[in-house]
Amino acid sequence: MLVYLIRRLLQSAVVLLVMSMLVFLGVFAIGDPIEILINPQADQAEIARARNALGLDLPLWEQYARFLVNAATGDLGRSFVHNIPAIDLIFQRMPATLELAITATLMGVVLGVPLGMWAGLKPNSMVGKSIMAGSILGFSLPTFWVGLMLIMIFAVQLGWLPSTGRGETRSVLGIQLSILTLDGLSHIALPALNLALFKLSLVIRLARAGTREAVLQDYVKFARAKGLAQKRVVWVHVFKNILIPIVTVLGLELGTTIAFAVVTETIFAWPGMGKLIIDSINLLDRPVVVAYLMIIVFMFIFINFAVDLVYSVLDPRVRLSDAKA
Amino acid sequence: MTTDALRATPKVETPLRRFLTDFFASKLAIAGLVGLTLVVLIAIFAPWIAPQNPYDLRQLDIMDGRLPPGSKSFSGMTYWLGTDDQGRDMLSGIMYGLRTSLAVGFGASLLALMIGMSAGLIAAYFGGWVESLIMRIVDIQLSFPAILVALILLAVLGQGVDKIVIALVAVQWAYYARTVRGTALVERRKEYIEAARCLALGDRRIVFKHLLPNCLPPLIVVNTVLVASAIALEATLSFLGLGLPVTKPSLGLLIANGFAYLLSGKYWISFFPGVALLFTIVCINLVGDQLRDVLNPRLQK
Repeated sequence: MLVYLIRRLLQSAVVLLVMSMLVFLGVFAIGDPIEILINPQADQAEIARARNALGLDLPLWEQYARFLVNAATGDLGRSFVHNIPAIDLIFQRMPATLELAITATLMGVVLGVPLGMWAGLKPNSMVGKSIMAGSILGFSLPTFWVGLMLIMIFAVQLGWLPSTGRGETRSVLGIQLSILTLDGLSHIALPALNLALFKLSLVIRLARAGTREAVLQDYVKFARAKGLAQKRVVWVHVFKNILIPIVTVLGLELGTTIAFAVVTETIFAWPGMGKLIIDSINLLDRPVVVAYLMIIVFMFIFINFAVDLVYSVLDPRVRLSDAKA
Repeated sequence: MTTDALRATPKVETPLRRFLTDFFASKLAIAGLVGLTLVVLIAIFAPWIAPQNPYDLRQLDIMDGRLPPGSKSFSGMTYWLGTDDQGRDMLSGIMYGLRTSLAVGFGASLLALMIGMSAGLIAAYFGGWVESLIMRIVDIQLSFPAILVALILLAVLGQGVDKIVIALVAVQWAYYARTVRGTALVERRKEYIEAARCLALGDRRIVFKHLLPNCLPPLIVVNTVLVASAIALEATLSFLGLGLPVTKPSLGLLIANGFAYLLSGKYWISFFPGVALLFTIVCINLVGDQLRDVLNPRLQK
């Protein structure tokens, strides 16, 4: 176990290092940050002074070493545009993104599980087939276009829901949340639905496959033989058993949802970190871009590490085969 | 008598013929193939069949800007799908946009296919540390979602057709590598590879002439699915303003262009390019689904 743990930890560290190198080289070495930072009318002496002050005259490896040391202490530079530390800016925006991602995931489960179970119980009925056709469409539809259509239908044509922003928020433990106010709820409905669409299709497929398998099992047959009502068989015996794979997959998908929130946030002007990164790329606010990429890469490496660890605890075959390799 | 004898001999069913019969058994797949052919033809012949060249500024009239579908221009031309803010005919814009979208999607997927295929074959054939190294990289890359990898690369590289192709290839090669390696590992242990080795053929010849052709069926299936996702990803990135430059509008860029007018009820600028995009993706997926069923030996009757 310990061998596996160390091996896996080392691998994560190497990935993080490679990623940081890629981001650093790309963002800081390909373009010259001086061109953006300094007044175009500045003379050579002024440019040289600025270059020296920012450490841009050092050899590349030394700049990278500096960047690493600073990053390790949580200093990823100051935003050119907002003039506050980039990392603070991202942490300010993070709750909005997490709120959106979690709401979307919940929406996917609450709508997807019953629909998938229905399709699984009656796979050859019209309803069952329509649900599956809908889920295939959900995989094919480009998220950003669906977002636009949601705005067109619900915000412009019908005028039921607002199309941009977070609405009124309420503070819980210093974190602003939209879901606690009615106005906030009406603001989160469309973006969350948009982000949930892919998840919904996935959950429907998982729930359908799980249900079709579960109804053939002995415990369901036995429950029926005991004369239990259909409702009880479905919601107690089948439901509990299909949840395990769904929860696993959704846990793994949370990271992907946060990454995909970039698209949804841009469409609905949701002030999360996804919108921040797109704005920052367009404004050439490099420290924020670097900080976002480093944080999200770190987050992914951490999620993957945690998942592998949990699996290796649950399944000894994983760690044994890896320890040998 | 001779004709009777000819008739009596059973018709030989070649693999190609069997494949075609199986493929055309599904009506949905035929519809997908017809739709896809139509889209590709439109994209190829856009300059000849489009009512207007949307990049030729002399043909545009700013007075015709933002007209709803079906309205007539001053010169008497009918804009069946309306016009955008520059007075461009949306139908022509979509035809030219399809050209860009399909070229980028197919091109990037083909390049990713070649790189991923080579990497996967090399990993499976040589094994050992080469395999461990290649597959580790594949595993690590696939643990990040495609859009994040593309976002990192485009944030680093900047805009442009070449940049977005690089990003798409970087995102997709790993899927091909993993698929090819899986198939090649099974194929490698078969007798024909052993026989080729006994004939002392060179490694390169065995890999590309003997191993590769037998790994193709699953690759073709993965390729259709990934072409569709490349087109969708390119549209998404262009919509975010990270993909193609404004001078080469793909469908994603057309949709982004209309976003600003959506809130004032001018839906057609975003709506129709989106329908074209969706139609293309669904057609490719229908063909891909059927290919998967037909080429999967486990499902064969």
